[in-house]
Amino acid sequence: MRITRTVKYEAERVRGFGREIMAVPGCETLLSCIQCGTCSGTCPLSVYMELSPRQVMALVRADFKDEVLRSNSIWLCASCYGCTVECPREIRITDIMYALKQRAIRDGVYPKRFPIPILAKEFTAMVRSKGRVTETLLVMRLFMKANLMAVLSSWRQGIGLIRTGRFVLKHERIQRRGELETMLAAAARDKEGS
Amino acid sequence: MKYSYFPGCSLKGLGRAYEESLLPVMRHLGAEMNELDDWNCCGATAYMSVDEQLACVLAARNLALAEKAGARDLITPCSACYLVLNKTKHYIEDSPAIRAAVERGLGAAGLKCEGTTSVRHPLDVLVNDIGLDVIKEKVVRPLKGLKVAPYYGCQVVRPYATFDDAWNPTTMDRLLTTLGAEVVHYPLKTKCCGASLTGTLPEIGLRLTYILLKEAVRRGADVIATICPLCQFNLDAYHHQIEQRWGPVRIPTVYFTQLMGIAFGLPAKQLALGRSFIPFRMPSAKAGEAVAPRT
Repeated sequence: MRITRTVKYEAERVRGFGREIMAVPGCETLLSCIQCGTCSGTCPLSVYMELSPRQVMALVRADFKDEVLRSNSIWLCASCYGCTVECPREIRITDIMYALKQRAIRDGVYPKRFPIPILAKEFTAMVRSKGRVTETLLVMRLFMKANLMAVLSSWRQGIGLIRTGRFVLKHERIQRRGELETMLAAAARDKEGS
Repeated sequence: MKYSYFPGCSLKGLGRAYEESLLPVMRHLGAEMNELDDWNCCGATAYMSVDEQLACVLAARNLALAEKAGARDLITPCSACYLVLNKTKHYIEDSPAIRAAVERGLGAAGLKCEGTTSVRHPLDVLVNDIGLDVIKEKVVRPLKGLKVAPYYGCQVVRPYATFDDAWNPTTMDRLLTTLGAEVVHYPLKTKCCGASLTGTLPEIGLRLTYILLKEAVRRGADVIATICPLCQFNLDAYHHQIEQRWGPVRIPTVYFTQLMGIAFGLPAKQLALGRSFIPFRMPSAKAGEAVAPRT
């Protein structure tokens, strides 16, 4: 039997991390969590997570930044909003998971070649340049960056999409791309200034 | 009736059968659908994972364009678009920081968003605006004997369950019954399909999809009806991988609008049924019965 330490030490805390997450719009109510575990019981993905949603809530509040941001839990959240609807304290757990994903991407702390944050970044880059997303092109870019083997294992999907006339190779794009870029730049300036 | 229409990226790509069946069905019911000019991607869950404020600015451009066009209702068929546009409206109202970012961003493009346009799902519009009695009048080929598992997925009903229950919605059930179909009891109707995890982490994502397919088969359904392009793709496109892992659970998945089109007697070509991996055909004996009603 392998014995591992489960106790946490004061030295692992990053003071102020919990407060920073709670300052993100939508995440303010985390403090009122009663650790009932309804979120973990509702979550269709908690059985695959390193930390259950309830544990994530506790660790964020107690400033255990690294443990939370490095866990697979925040990336497995598929945004089904089951926990958010069920939480008796009306904590928007899904939105807290989003805040944690944003933080992990910003700090660059996710496993190398882990496809979920790569998908989020590639998606965002495509929207910024084209205004729209072309799914087949997005998936190909994801596979190139994350896992070349995945291209081979998905050949059936590729052929099926060609057969059903859904394999799009031409970028969908909006007309006024400059307008979109101006908007996002102006909004980002506002954020940095505040 | 006139509606503004926000297709979203999926309905122009992998989910084009949804648009291809939705538009003729709406036309058949006398509802006018005007595609929003120069709409952009809603941002989906991915942009929200990178930057929340910019994700709201991105989504708000669509709301602003709809308002500028004088739209009272914006019909949004994709679950992710429906959620993100509604969420953005809530955030603009609730969070001063996000409202400021949105105002700054839109202002730079001479746009503004006052929240006057309602973001609505076609299921809501069909049942609550147009009405089941009007729909019933248009049914010329009742889906008699067809057993359908109604699958709603997550993001239309949660967290903003505006027109139905968050866990046990019944709007599509009632619609399918009106079309003459037999709706099977399907308790997983709002359980997650795995979303993009089917592509990013198939070991986990495909298991979620498998659970949904297996339950539909176990309940004796002939077909799964869905209201979301990503759910349709997941339930339809991965049968080979799923069968290799857990055995066969073969059942087709179609958009509810395709079933409406069949019941309305619209030509099959117009309903994009050929766009699915697992083909769906009305069981001919059953359809025959329906075409020649017994007296």
